[in-house]
Amino acid sequence: MLTAGEQSKTNTWEPRIVAFFCNWCTYTAADLAGVSRLRHAPNARIIRVMCSGRVDPQFILDAFSKGADGVLLGGCHPGDCHYMEGNYKALRRMRLLKRMLKDMGIEEHRFRLEWISASEGERIKTVINEMTEQVRTLGPLGLPKKFEEWDTEMEVLERTVNGKEEAVHA
Amino acid sequence: MPEKPKVTFYWCASCGGCEESVVDLAENILDVVAAVDIVMWPVAMDFKKKDVEAMEDKSILVSMINGAIRTSEQEEMAKLMRRKSQLVIAYGSCAHLGGIPGLANQFQREEILQYIFEESPSTVNPQKTRPERKVMTNGNAVTLPNFFNVVRALDQVIDVDYYLPGCPPTPKLLKQALDALLSGNLPEKGTVLAPDIALCDECPKKDTKPSDLKFTEFKRPHLVQIDSATCLLAQGIVCMGPATRGGCEGVCISGNMPCTGCFGPTSRVKDQGAKILSALASQVEAKDEKGIDATLATIPDPVGTFYRYGLPISLLRRKNF
Ligand code: SF4
Ligand code: SF4
Ligand code: FES
Repeated sequence: MLTAGEQSKTNTWEPRIVAFFCNWCTYTAADLAGVSRLRHAPNARIIRVMCSGRVDPQFILDAFSKGADGVLLGGCHPGDCHYMEGNYKALRRMRLLKRMLKDMGIEEHRFRLEWISASEGERIKTVINEMTEQVRTLGPLGLPKKFEEWDTEMEVLERTVNGKEEAVHA
Repeated sequence: MPEKPKVTFYWCASCGGCEESVVDLAENILDVVAAVDIVMWPVAMDFKKKDVEAMEDKSILVSMINGAIRTSEQEEMAKLMRRKSQLVIAYGSCAHLGGIPGLANQFQREEILQYIFEESPSTVNPQKTRPERKVMTNGNAVTLPNFFNVVRALDQVIDVDYYLPGCPPTPKLLKQALDALLSGNLPEKGTVLAPDIALCDECPKKDTKPSDLKFTEFKRPHLVQIDSATCLLAQGIVCMGPATRGGCEGVCISGNMPCTGCFGPTSRVKDQGAKILSALASQVEAKDEKGIDATLATIPDPVGTFYRYGLPISLLRRKNF
């Protein structure tokens, strides 16, 4: 995955996907995909968590606000969570979070929840490839840059009022 | 006699409730007036901007600024007060978190202007007239400030020393803050002047709060008969208490209304809305998507409910267009 600096140097944007994978199933599957030399898009940066239920919705918003173009959450299949209820909790939170993200103008395909068991290395490949392409079609979300752009409306005041230029009229 | 410390109260995008809360100090306000010299208070006294401009930088001890920042005039005044004051307190939810005006961050500037000047049910404006930013009258230019596309909390515009939370802050918290300021017994910069623990901890109904809930439906408070002895969440009513800082002593709860979150989050929470979303959703009873969605559909407006006061300082800040 390219860093923001590298991307601006080469000037080609690549989707950046933050993937939270549960230690017991999805992360193990990603490992398996690696060992089996399955080739998949290099766009997902994987963060290992103990359980999908450990993923606070704040982590997901934080990832978007820091520049992720997509967020993927992977956990054990229903009934298989090593902490019994963790993935059900994740599912319930993510159903509501998905609705809220939509209301906040973040497209549906930028966030995905998948159950992937330790033996499903192939599924890792499919999901990451699919999501990378969907996010590529959507283009960059680029929130950090947007935050900067939004705040330029205040710099105008610095120039016109404090710098005593003639104000621009809307 | 040594000079009394100078104090200002200023308002930005606000409803006036915070001004009211100063008056709610009741007889204590007399002590305040005796102890300080109020040099600017637009709602109550006739000082002008130029009076403040003429003062030396940092000559005001403290400016208490309420309201969000949504116009260039508010931004300019906030910057002026900052320059003239040793301390700035973000007073009330709007200055602290963005507040109710911050809900406008779900819309674009143009959508708002169009609704207000053309579409709202009480508007008759067939010519679609909009106010001009600059008009000449009798040879004088009258100007309107710029209306921003983004509503901001005070600390997104100027440096803020302390926060007095609440919609509005309670007289008790204001009194404590004033006592601390006048005695010079100040906490660390950036402190929110209220306890750093969730409201449930001081809630009069906390003994009936179950440790594990199983929501099948969320109920709107005006559609049910509320049992005043029991935790509101236990009754299926969305209460922001678990994700909200205490200090109000549960005034809404005591009035049988759920907490809507005006004190903002505790210091350990980054995003109040995501926090309560997590707390509520994870305790839904259903385990399958359909059942979960059906229960969660009884929260019709998650953004407006979970970010009632804090959208501008939330991680996403505003709706993305
Ligand atoms: S959820 Fe609300 S009613 Fe229940 S204890 Fe917390 S603040 Fe009180
Ligand atoms: S109960 Fe909640 S909404 Fe009511 S004053 Fe306290 S913090 Fe604000
Ligand atoms: S341990 Fe994998 S989802 Fe809980």
